[in-house]
Parts: sequence; structure tokens; C-alpha cells
Amino acid sequence: MQYILLIYDNEQNWANLSEAERNAMYQEYGELGQSLAKSGRYKAGEELKPTATATTVRVRNGKVQTTDGPFAETREQLGGFYLVEAKDLDDAIAVAARIPSVRNGCVEVRPINPHP
Amino acid sequence: MSGSPTAQETVERLYREESRRVLATLIRLLGDFDLAEEALQDAFAAALERWPAEGVPSNPRGWLISTGRFRAIDQLRRKKRFAEWQHEIHAITVIEGRMDESADESGIEDDRLRLIFTCCHPALAPESQIALTLRTVGGLSTEEIARAFLVSVPTMAQRLVRAKHKIRDAAIPYRVPPALELAGRLDAVLAVVYLVFNEGYAATSGEALIRRELCSEAIRLGRLLVDLMPEQREAVALLALMLLHDSRRDARQGPAGDLVLLDEQDRRLWNQGQIAEGLARVEAALRGAPAGPYALQAAISACHARAARPQDTDWRQIAALYQLLLRRRPSPVVELNHAVAVAMVDGAARGLLLLDSIERRGGLDGYHLLPAARAELLRRLARWPEAATAYRAALTLVKLEPERRFLERRLAEVERD
Repeated sequence: MQYILLIYDNEQNWANLSEAERNAMYQEYGELGQSLAKSGRYKAGEELKPTATATTVRVRNGKVQTTDGPFAETREQLGGFYLVEAKDLDDAIAVAARIPSVRNGCVEVRPINPHP
Repeated sequence: MSGSPTAQETVERLYREESRRVLATLIRLLGDFDLAEEALQDAFAAALERWPAEGVPSNPRGWLISTGRFRAIDQLRRKKRFAEWQHEIHAITVIEGRMDESADESGIEDDRLRLIFTCCHPALAPESQIALTLRTVGGLSTEEIARAFLVSVPTMAQRLVRAKHKIRDAAIPYRVPPALELAGRLDAVLAVVYLVFNEGYAATSGEALIRRELCSEAIRLGRLLVDLMPEQREAVALLALMLLHDSRRDARQGPAGDLVLLDEQDRRLWNQGQIAEGLARVEAALRGAPAGPYALQAAISACHARAARPQDTDWRQIAALYQLLLRRRPSPVVELNHAVAVAMVDGAARGLLLLDSIERRGGLDGYHLLPAARAELLRRLARWPEAATAYRAALTLVKLEPERRFLERRLAEVERD
């Protein structure tokens, strides 16, 4: 099974981190990525730029409508993701629990719907 | 009439006693709740059809499991569409593989545990955990569960469907959690069983004060957990707690369905058989390592059960147990109960001081038992007008009809004095 782990965190808190704190976080993320790759779980993963750079697109009556900002304004924002291969939900939850941002933010675990 | 049961009677008995075990194994073999439920019904239908002529097989449970499994594979094979066919061929291969690796009987009891842990998986909403546990482990009908939780049958059916689909689509594993996770996951299972019990014992709203079937079902589930995991002392403690609470069932309700408080109950109506079992199980749960939260609550309930008359109650012991429980699992409700116990030992005035402190911190705003407890202590101190005010405050918050009538009765008493 593949799962996407959507990482939500408070952007403001992230922006307020000191250089050293941020480096420590990146280092932790780097180690997690390596460990996931080694166990064969890692499929993809990226950090996203802040929601200030987001554009939401809709097509209504054949016309493209764009609005500034993310789909939903919430206290925590989608900041990154991993796509992982996991045995089952418990396995995926165990990976989610190792993502550094899970300690302050949260991670949404969603199974991928496979198409042949 | 001969003494031996007919094949039909045997099938009916087996359905009552074995259908949950067979279902648990079929879910593992088939990897799907819905498919397994259909297979279960098919297997029992086949038994009704064939056993009267062919006789009851020597291993009826094994017969039901393998018949159910073959029926499910048949069912899958009959699906015509090619895309589905591809998918089903894969499913059949998986199912046949599973059958080979575990054709023996020894795994059956593990399957029931797997089923319980899967139904109580924390990735399911709590109300879904409860519904699914009652439906698949307890074998209650969707209608019965809907009635017990005061929701419509379609709502409950939808809840069950959603839960089963989440298990399938998110791949919640069908397993007993590994040792490292077991304690936390067992807590979730025990919480579900206790919620079922409490829903039956003290419904949060509506007319029915006691819904017996839910209490009996919770006790049955509790027993099953103890049978399957006798080494888990908190499971033993939960069973003891439920037995002791439930032993007072007949005394808790007056002739008109009114609530009768512990110190006014006719203790001759207490179920002594259940008390004896409950007390023995409390002792077992308290032996050895420090007592867990359920063991402490069961020990408190045991103090009441041991008292032949209200004045024989060991309140000092109860207050001490609540103190321990506060340390293990701090909560304003436990604090409230502790305050009431202290009032019995050191006097109502001391209890009132503790209630003041709870009220200042605001953890129980909106909970009718806080003003109700205050009213009771003020009544004991003969501070009638203040007691009346507190009873009125409780009455604005109370939801359950019998409790409302009780508070109204008390209010009338203090207004008279």
C-alpha cells in the first residue's frame, strides 16, 4: 500500500525559528528521509513554499478563476509531504509519528487509491 | 420425543455460541468484513440445508469456516466483469494462501482478539469503534445498536458501513498489536467496553435509566477479554468493576423508575452472586504491581459492595482510593467523587471546601452533579436556603428524567424545612 503523509504545521512558528533551530530540523528531516529510503519505504517527499505563494484555481462556467492563497485558511498549513510504501495503516502511522513536525503540527495519513 | 437435539436445534445453538468465532476467522481468511458476513450467513444456511439429512459433522466449527470460505470464493468467481475478475483472481489467490498457512484450529481464539483490536482501532471514530464492536464481536443487530444509542437505523447502518470501508481502504491491519503497543491499544479496547457498559448503566439522556442488554453485553465482552488475555490485570479489573456496578441494578431503580441513591437502596436486592465474583476478581486485579485506574475504581465499588448497611461503608478507604486514582488519572469528576468521600469522613464542611476549589478552577461547568453534590452537603448541614439554590442550579443542568425527578423531590424537601 502507498500512503501520502501530509505535513501540517504553523508557518509562523517555522518562520520564527532561529538559524540553528531550523538547521537542526532540516538535519532531522534528512535523517528520516535516509532511513525511509534504506527501509524501502520512501517514494517521494518535498517541502512546500509558504502558503503566501499559493494560488487556488477553479474553472466555473468554462472560465478559469484564480484566488490568492491556499484552499483553506487554517491555523496550520500544509508544509510538505512524503509518499511512502507501507505494509498497512499501523506501519504508515509509525512513519508519520517520526516526522519532526508531528510534535508541534500534525500529519494526515491518506491511502493512495491505486489505478492499474 | 427423544433427548438428543435435532440438527436444526444444533445449528441454532451453534449460531448463538459460535457465529462470532466463525466470523472472526472468516474476516482473517477473506480479508474483508462484508464478504465475511455474507459468507457466515451462507455457511449457516448451508448447515440448515444439509445437516438434517447428512448429520452434524464432527467438527461443526471447522465445517462452517471452510464452507463459508468456499462460498465466498464462489461468490467472487461469479463476478463477470473482466476488470473485477482480475482483481478477484488476486483476492482468491490471497485467500487460498491464507487458508493454507492457518488451517489449524489453534489460531481461532487469536482471531477473536484480532477482531476486537481491529474494531477498536484508534483510527476509527470512537462511536464507530463501539458500533462495530457490538455488531461484529457482540453480534447485536444494527437495529438493536441504533435503538441503544438513540439514532435512526439508517444512521447506524451508515456508521457501520463507513467503519468497515475505512478498515478496508486504509488497510487497518487485522492483528493483535505487538507487545510495545499493546498497553495503549488495550486501553482503547477497555474504554470501548466501559462506554458500552455506561451507556447501558446510566444513559446520558432520555427515559430509560437502565438498558439491561447493553450492560449484559459489556459484561460478556469483558469476560471474553479476560478469557483471551487472562494476564491483563486491567481487563480483569474492568470486569470486576462492571460486575459490582451491575450487581446493584435492581436496587437502583424505584417502582416508578426513579433513581435510588446508594445509601437509600434496599441492599437485599443486590445480586450477591455477582458481588462475590466481582470481589474475587478485584482481589486478583490488585495483586502484584501497582493498581491501574480500573482496579482502583473496582476497589472503590468493592468498598460499597462489602457494606451490609450504608453506615458500614469504609469511607476512609474510599477517600484514600480516590486520592490514588487522582494521582493515576486526574480529572475533575474524580476530584468531585473524592470531595464527596472526604465529606463522609471529615464532615460536610470539609467537603464543601473541596467543592469550592473545583468550582474555582471551572473544570466541571455545566455538569449537574457538581451543584447536586453541593446541595447534598448543604442539606446535611441544614443550610436549607443555600441547599435549595444549589438544587435549582442542578435542575437547570440535569438531562436524565429519573435524576430530574430525584432532584425535584430533594428540592421540595429542603423548601419545606
